[in-house]
Amino acid sequence: MPSEPAMNTSLPLDLESIDSSSVPPSPLREIWTSFSASRGALIAAAFFLLLVISAILAPWIAPYAPAEQFRDFFLTPPAWAHGGSVRFLLGTDEVGRDILSRLLHGARLSLMIGLVSVLISLIPGVALGLAAAFYPRFAGTAIMRAIDIMMALPSLLLAVAVVAVLGPGLVNTMIAIAIVSLPSYVRLARASAMSELPRDYVVASRLAGAGQLRLMFNTVLPNCMAPIIVQATLGFSSAILDAAALGFLGLGAQPPMPEWGTMLASARDYIERAWWVVTMPGLAILLTVIALNLLGDGLRDALDPRLKKLA
Amino acid sequence: MSLLDVQNLTVEFGRADQPFRAVDALSFSVEPGEILGIVGESGSGKSVTQLALMGLIEEPGRVRADRLVFDGKDLLTLPASEKRKILGCDIAMIFQDALTSLNPAFTVGYQLEETLKLHAGLRGAALHARALELLELVEIPAAKSRLRAFPHQLSGGMCQRVMIAMAIACNPKLLIADEPTTALDVTVQAQIMELLVNLQKQQGMALILITHDLAVVAEVAHRVAVMYAGQLVESNRVPTLFEQPHHPYTEALLASIPEHSKGAARLSTLAGVVPGQYDRPKGCLLSPRCAYANERCIREVPGVDDIGQAQVRCFMPLNTQAPGFSMGSNSESAV
Amino acid sequence: MFQFIFRRFLVVVPTFIGVTLLAFALIHMIPGDPVLILVGERRLDPVFYQQALHRLGLDMPLWQQYLVYLSKLVRLDLGNSIVTHEPVLREFLTLFPATLELSFCALLFAIVVGLPAGILAAVKRGKPTDHVVMGGALAGYSMPIFWWGLILIMVFSVYLGWTPVSGRISLEFDIPPVTGLMLIDTLLSGDEGAFASAVSHLILPSIVLGTIPLAVIARMTRSSMLEVLREDYVRTARAKGLSPARVVLVHALRNALMPVVTIIGLQVGTLLAGAVLTETIFSWPGIGKWLIDSISRRDYPVVQSGILLVATMIIGVNLLVDVLYGVINPRVRHAK
Repeated sequence: MPSEPAMNTSLPLDLESIDSSSVPPSPLREIWTSFSASRGALIAAAFFLLLVISAILAPWIAPYAPAEQFRDFFLTPPAWAHGGSVRFLLGTDEVGRDILSRLLHGARLSLMIGLVSVLISLIPGVALGLAAAFYPRFAGTAIMRAIDIMMALPSLLLAVAVVAVLGPGLVNTMIAIAIVSLPSYVRLARASAMSELPRDYVVASRLAGAGQLRLMFNTVLPNCMAPIIVQATLGFSSAILDAAALGFLGLGAQPPMPEWGTMLASARDYIERAWWVVTMPGLAILLTVIALNLLGDGLRDALDPRLKKLA
Repeated sequence: MSLLDVQNLTVEFGRADQPFRAVDALSFSVEPGEILGIVGESGSGKSVTQLALMGLIEEPGRVRADRLVFDGKDLLTLPASEKRKILGCDIAMIFQDALTSLNPAFTVGYQLEETLKLHAGLRGAALHARALELLELVEIPAAKSRLRAFPHQLSGGMCQRVMIAMAIACNPKLLIADEPTTALDVTVQAQIMELLVNLQKQQGMALILITHDLAVVAEVAHRVAVMYAGQLVESNRVPTLFEQPHHPYTEALLASIPEHSKGAARLSTLAGVVPGQYDRPKGCLLSPRCAYANERCIREVPGVDDIGQAQVRCFMPLNTQAPGFSMGSNSESAV
Repeated sequence: MFQFIFRRFLVVVPTFIGVTLLAFALIHMIPGDPVLILVGERRLDPVFYQQALHRLGLDMPLWQQYLVYLSKLVRLDLGNSIVTHEPVLREFLTLFPATLELSFCALLFAIVVGLPAGILAAVKRGKPTDHVVMGGALAGYSMPIFWWGLILIMVFSVYLGWTPVSGRISLEFDIPPVTGLMLIDTLLSGDEGAFASAVSHLILPSIVLGTIPLAVIARMTRSSMLEVLREDYVRTARAKGLSPARVVLVHALRNALMPVVTIIGLQVGTLLAGAVLTETIFSWPGIGKWLIDSISRRDYPVVQSGILLVATMIIGVNLLVDVLYGVINPRVRHAK
């Protein structure tokens, strides 16, 4: 007469009795699977990789030097158009420089601007954001007020203001863009950190004796990385856009540097006569920025499972 | 003729080659004016079944059935516009979390009148009067001022009453209540259940009550169906199922009611978990946890058999010998 | 209600003060002698230098200078342009309507096209329509708009000759400025064909300026709709037998619009930034072009005040959006 109810697991859990044809995938694999599920993101990644390689190898793979002028070939159309020449695949500009070579070298400039400005805004930005989250009363309020002020101006205008102060040029462009991008990292890092702080694992670490610095960078930061990575990718693309805009306005990289935006500034006068001088640099900007934005979107979808189901 | 006849309903999600069966070959029926209780653990597919009935399952869910007939109408072939005429009118559904089930941007009165406008064609003074009447029917105090309130200004219990009012607005033939009281305070739970049962008697409507509260079902329902991991494991008339459960899972459910463990050192539980997407047994879904399971149970999926008034999905159903011979934690084991 | 507005206003005040600080500090951050910078000369005779130093108040301690600056702001004295010697505020007010008109039309374009596009993409999620709309939106906000403007000019103005190349109205028309808004002024003037000319001059710039807001609005609408369509109350609306159109356009949209309204408000910043580029390309006489020109001309009082004015406008619009949000969303109003 059992006093226990009739049901218990006296039967061992036999693995053979389970349909194990479906096994849950590992996290890294899941990230890659959902990233690669988006064809757009994959194509974008491939394109970007191609761009980076071309930019790095530009001095060797570009047909000519970017400043080399061919006096006999002003405003030559692209190779496939009437009057074009195979020597200049994408045509030449108003002083006879090969556009393809200039674009390739311009890629180096754009990528460098993007990378540098992202790095020098991300690192202090995240640090400030974490500080604002960990010390909400003193550092927090001060930092967020400053950020609010910076965000009162749209990024291009703030960049223009910085350049107005510092003067035009490539280096000042990078500084301006970095300053302009800083607020978004601060806000992002702070928001992420603040949502992680009350979580149990942070409390546990604190109880285990972790100091503030360790808590900030070892415990909390890794869990905030996903949105920061996404923002870095998108920040890269807006850095390129802003740098080109500054170049176009004459406030950025100065001629004869083959920065894509600067190239467009001098191309304005040739809309009627030479469409390729206007079209090519802009296309380069457009494709690069599209690729980066797609990459950023793909990363966001892959890294945030909640958002994944929505989009 | 049954009011609702469901045969072999299956609802799948996920990839086509590796689908997750939220509902697996389910068959049941509801007679006019009958109260059917559907019980089961979370994840047993009780809610998904009702959503599939109402046609509320969206991609990537896939719904299949051999037969899905309501009030003589074949829901599988009915054109969408015709279905929309029935929904909210002849079949109505109320959900678990009433606060989030009401649109926060519109007043209660607006949402109530919307149903009346659409299905009952009321306008103007008649519309307002009927809305007021419905709110009073569900026993909302100060009904007139409540009409202009927004959902977030009402308590959970009141929101649920509003939902009930919306559901019965057109005297439905079938009301589906998906865990209507789970999200509410205990005191309010009893009130809402009483309201539902009274309304059911008054309007003569059939009621499908989805719940995991066995006590409520025992008190209120005429028949009950037990679901496990998307399958029907047992259904029977109410007093009988509780006195003589045929399926081991039902037995375990009953045993786990705290009252049945009086005098014991521990509450009785059923060890193990409901199979999810990645660990579904090849044979009977309960076999890893069932004390009576044998070789056949592990290999083959049992079909649903009729035993008198009951349906059971088991190769060796319990209590099938002479009536009055019951198994339970407090009586002699016959094994 | 007023309490809500007042509270929101209070929050904004410190930010505004910070902006004035920034504008004030701008002059002092420029490398070089502030006196020379503000006078606009490379060198000054020592006597004139002293006079200028005193006149500009630069011999006072910095904090005092800031207070003087603030007091001038209160009196709406934003200094004079070095180049034209006109009061900055007056120049701003003369040029602002042009930018306002352009921005308004651009935003209208963005909303009228973007909102339905986003709704459509959400309802047809995953299908080709969705991909096309989102692809377009992606191109839209990846676009360098100064290039986009040039391309559109190339195609529509140069090759097809459908639209004019630059300016607000054909040179043949001489419209007396009443409001500064060409669309209204041309109607008021009664001049035949003037209104049509004004409209045709607005088309391309509005499209160019509105492209990025369009893309942002479309994307935001789509994602907001997708979130709302998953909500319980949408399920309830469907369970009530409402038509799909009503479920989407009444029940879902009303709730989905809230973040979209915020985004629309935030586009003001984008519009002002874009105006700088658009006005440059189309030679549109607005404050964007004015700001850029003044930078290359080293007209620092204009730069300083221009930035202050732009920032103030944006803060003001954000405040307005906040209040509007409270109007639409009852929960925000009743909270706290």
